[in-house]
Amino acid sequence: MDQEITPPGIENVISMRGISKRFPGVIANDQVDFDLRRGEVHALLGENGAGKSTLMNVLAGLYRAEGGTITVHGKVANFNSPKESIDAGIGMVHQHFMLVPSQSVTENILLGLEEPRFRMKLSEFDKKIETIAEQFGLHVDPEAKIWQLSVGEQQRVEILKMLYRGADVLIMDEPTAVLAPSEIEELFNTLRSMTDQGKSIVFISHKLHEVMEISDRVTVLQKGRVTSSGINTSDVTRADLAHLMVGREVVFRVQKNEVQAGDLVLSVENLKAMNDKGLQSLNGVSLNVRQGEIVGLAGVAGNGQNELAETLVGLREAIEGKITVNEKEVTNKPVKLGIRHGISLIPADRTQVGTAPNLSVTDNVIMKNYDQKPIGQGWMVNSSEAGKYASELKEAYDIIVPTIDTSVRLLSGGNLQKVILAREISSEPKLMIAVQPTRGLDVGAIEGVQKLLLSQRESGAAILLISEELEELLSLSDRIYVIYEGEIMGEIADGDIEKIGQMMTGTRLEQIGKEGVGSNG
Amino acid sequence: MAEINNTKSASSWKFPFRIKIENRVDNPPKWLSPTLSVGAIIIALLIGAIVIWMGGGNPWAAYSHIAKYSLGSVGVLSDTLVKAIPLMLVGLACSIAFRMKLWNIGAEGQFFLGAFGASLVVLLPILPEDAPKWLFIITMAFFGMLFGALWGFIPGLLKARYNVNEIISTLMMNYIAIEWNNYFIYAVWSERGFQMSRMFQRNAWLPRLSDLSTRWPFFSGLTTHFGLVFAVLAAIILWLILSKSKWGYEIRLIGDNPKAAEYAGISIKKNIVLVMMVSGALAGLAGMSEIGGVVHRLQGAISPGYGYTGIIIAWLAKLNPLAVILASILFGALILAGREVQPAGIPTLIQGMIMVTLIASDFFYRNRVTIIRRVED
Repeated sequence: MDQEITPPGIENVISMRGISKRFPGVIANDQVDFDLRRGEVHALLGENGAGKSTLMNVLAGLYRAEGGTITVHGKVANFNSPKESIDAGIGMVHQHFMLVPSQSVTENILLGLEEPRFRMKLSEFDKKIETIAEQFGLHVDPEAKIWQLSVGEQQRVEILKMLYRGADVLIMDEPTAVLAPSEIEELFNTLRSMTDQGKSIVFISHKLHEVMEISDRVTVLQKGRVTSSGINTSDVTRADLAHLMVGREVVFRVQKNEVQAGDLVLSVENLKAMNDKGLQSLNGVSLNVRQGEIVGLAGVAGNGQNELAETLVGLREAIEGKITVNEKEVTNKPVKLGIRHGISLIPADRTQVGTAPNLSVTDNVIMKNYDQKPIGQGWMVNSSEAGKYASELKEAYDIIVPTIDTSVRLLSGGNLQKVILAREISSEPKLMIAVQPTRGLDVGAIEGVQKLLLSQRESGAAILLISEELEELLSLSDRIYVIYEGEIMGEIADGDIEKIGQMMTGTRLEQIGKEGVGSNG
Repeated sequence: MAEINNTKSASSWKFPFRIKIENRVDNPPKWLSPTLSVGAIIIALLIGAIVIWMGGGNPWAAYSHIAKYSLGSVGVLSDTLVKAIPLMLVGLACSIAFRMKLWNIGAEGQFFLGAFGASLVVLLPILPEDAPKWLFIITMAFFGMLFGALWGFIPGLLKARYNVNEIISTLMMNYIAIEWNNYFIYAVWSERGFQMSRMFQRNAWLPRLSDLSTRWPFFSGLTTHFGLVFAVLAAIILWLILSKSKWGYEIRLIGDNPKAAEYAGISIKKNIVLVMMVSGALAGLAGMSEIGGVVHRLQGAISPGYGYTGIIIAWLAKLNPLAVILASILFGALILAGREVQPAGIPTLIQGMIMVTLIASDFFYRNRVTIIRRVED
C-alpha cells in the first residue's frame, strides 16, 4: 500500500525498496517494499506462492532481483551469493535443513568456514558453540550427531549455524511447518530471547495464529504484491489478516444455475490421517456432499486439505474414521477401486502428481481408463482407440497442442489443467474432488475450469472443491466447510465471508458471536 | 545458461559468433534420436582412432580388420552373432528395467545364476541323461530363467519393501552369484580337479546351424546356435509388451512419474518386483544360452562382462527392444574382432567411449544448440 514512515529513534536494519523478481510465466515479486527494525520479529504473511520465500531468497543472496534496492544498516547492498549476505549479517534458516546427518553438531556448524584451518580441535569449538547456545536458550549437545537429533533440535542447529557466523538478522522460512506444538513454543521462546538481545527476525508463515503470537509487525503479500506493509500486529485482528491475505477483487462471476441437490454421495465421518512428516494432520474430519452439489472446503494452505483429498481417494492411509461413497465404504481401499467407483481427483500438483511430463497427451488422458474397454482390450492397449479418444478430448476441451503425440511437459499450465480435467470429467465421475483447480491459471483459463465444474454439477456429479481462493469458493459452492488444523470449524450456506474468515483462523462456528474473535484453536 | 553469456562478458574483444543453448520447447524430431546414437558411435570410433594413432598404430587398418573379421564373411558373421546372442538378451534385460527407471546393474549376476540353473538340469540331474533334446532345451531355458528371475526378485523385493537402493544391491549380488558358481565348479561338480564341470552330453546342447550341414552343406562350420531364436523372440515379445500392452503402459507411466502412476491406481511395489524378475529372467536366459550353445559346461569364465555391456547396449538402443538386436550385433563384432586387434585395451576403450558419447549426446536431445552471430552491443 503506502510507504511506511519509520518513527524517529527506531533503526531500520534492513530496508528493501521496489524489489521485483520474475520467473518464467510468473511475477513472484512486484515492486515489493520491506523494512526490518532492530530487535523485532517481523512476520511475512501470505498464501503459498504469494512470493514470501522469493523475497527472502533475494535478501539471502540466493536470487538476484531484477529491480529494486536493498539497504543494510543504511548501506546499499548487492548480494551475489549467500556468502555475501551472511557476511553482511543476514542468515536464512530454510524449510529443508541443510545438515550432514553423520556429522556432529559442531562439525556441521563449522562446515565451510575458514576456522579451524587444518587441525580440528573440535572440543575448543564445542565450548564456543555451547556459549552461544546458552546465550539464546538453544539447548543442543554440540557433540551429538545430527541423525540422533529431533527435527526441533536440528532446527536449533541451523539457527546456531547462522548465529555462529555472526548473523544479526535471521530469516526463518516457515519454521513451524515441521515442528510439534511443544517444539513451536520452545522456538518462540528462543526467538524472543534473540530479539531481546538485539537480533532481528523475519518470520515467514501462512499460519495466522502464530503470526499473531510471535510477531511485532506484519507485512502481507498477495500474488507478489504487498497488501499491507509493516502494520503493528497489536493493531489488527486475525480476521483482518485473513482478509488481507486472501481477499481479492472479483474478476468475473460465472453463471450458476439452480440445481436440486440429490442423494448423498460422499460421507466422511471422523476421519483421521497423518501427513508426510508423521504428524497427525486430519483430526476427525466429518463432512458430506450430495449429488448436484458443489461443496467448498475453505482454509488457509496446510491445514490438512491435501491430506484429506489424498485420503478420500485412497492415496493416503486413514488411521481412523470412515469414508462412504454411494453407500459403499471405501476407507483405505486401493486407488483403483475408488476410480471404478467413480471417484475422481483433480490433484493440486499438476506436474508432480496429475500428469507424466514426458509422455504424450494420449498417454496422459488414458491414465485412468487404459485398462477399460474400448481402450484396454485383453492384455493390450488399443492405440488407435486411445488416439481417437485423445483427439475427441482435444477437440471437446479445446486443448491447444500441436498433436496428441506431444509430450505434456511442453504444455502451458492452462492446457495441462485442461488435459487433467478432460481426463477426469470424461470418466463421468460420481464424486469429483478438485484441489486448487484454478491455481496459477490466467483469467480466461480460470473461467473455463469453473464452467466445467459447474456443468459437472448440473449433470449430477457431487463435487468437493478444495480451494484457498475464497472468491472462487463463494461463487461456485452451494455450501462451504471451513477447515483449520485438520478439523472442520463449521459449515456456511449463505456465503458469510466474515464468518468464513473467522473460522479460517481457528474459531468454531458455535463460538462466533459468543466471544468475538476466538482464542487459539 | 544464457545468463553466463550475459553477465560474464567483461572482456573487450568478443568472438564474433556465440553458441546459444536453449531448452527444447517442442518435441524433437523423430530422426534425431537414432541420428544421435549413430553420431555417438562415430565420434567414439574417431576418438579410438586417435588413441590407436598415438600408440603408433594405423587406425584405418585396425578398423577395417575389425570389420572384415566380424562381418566380412558368413563364417565370421556367424561368430559375431554367437557373441551377440547373450548381449541381446542381457540388453533386453536392462532395457525393461531401465524403462521403469530401475537401475538393474545385476544382469551379470543374473546371467551367472541363469547358467547355474540350466546346469542343474544336466548336473543334478533334473532330467535323465538320455532325455530328448527338445525337453532339455525347454527345461534348461525354464530353469535358467527361473534362477535369473530369483536373482532379480531379491533386490526387487528389497527395493519395494525397504526401499533398498537397487544399484547397490544388484551390483553386490553379482559377486555373490559369481562366488556361488565358483563353489559348485571348484567343489561339487569339479571335473578331475579342474575349475569346471564335466562336458554336457550332446542332447543337452542347443542345436547349431552346422548341425544342419548334412542336409544343407552351406551351413557347415557355422556356430550360430538356437539361442538366437530365443533372443529374437524375446526382443519381439518385449517390444510388444513395452509398446502395445497395458503392462508396458504401466511401466512407462511409473518410469516417467511414479506419483502419477500411484494416483492412477497402479501398484508401484508390485511392478518393481515383477520388472526385476522379468529383467532377471532375460539375463538368466542369456546365461543358459551361453552354456547350452557355446561352452557346454559350467565354468568360471563364461562372461567377459556381458551383464555390464548390456547396460551400454540398452542405452545405445534407447531402450527399444528391436534396436537392441542391432546394437548387440555391433558390440558382438567389437568383442569378437576387437580381440584380434588387441586382447584388451582398444576394444574395451571403444565400448566405454560409446557409453560416454551416448550420454553426452543426450544433451543435444534436450537442448537446441545454435551458433549465432554476435550482435554488436
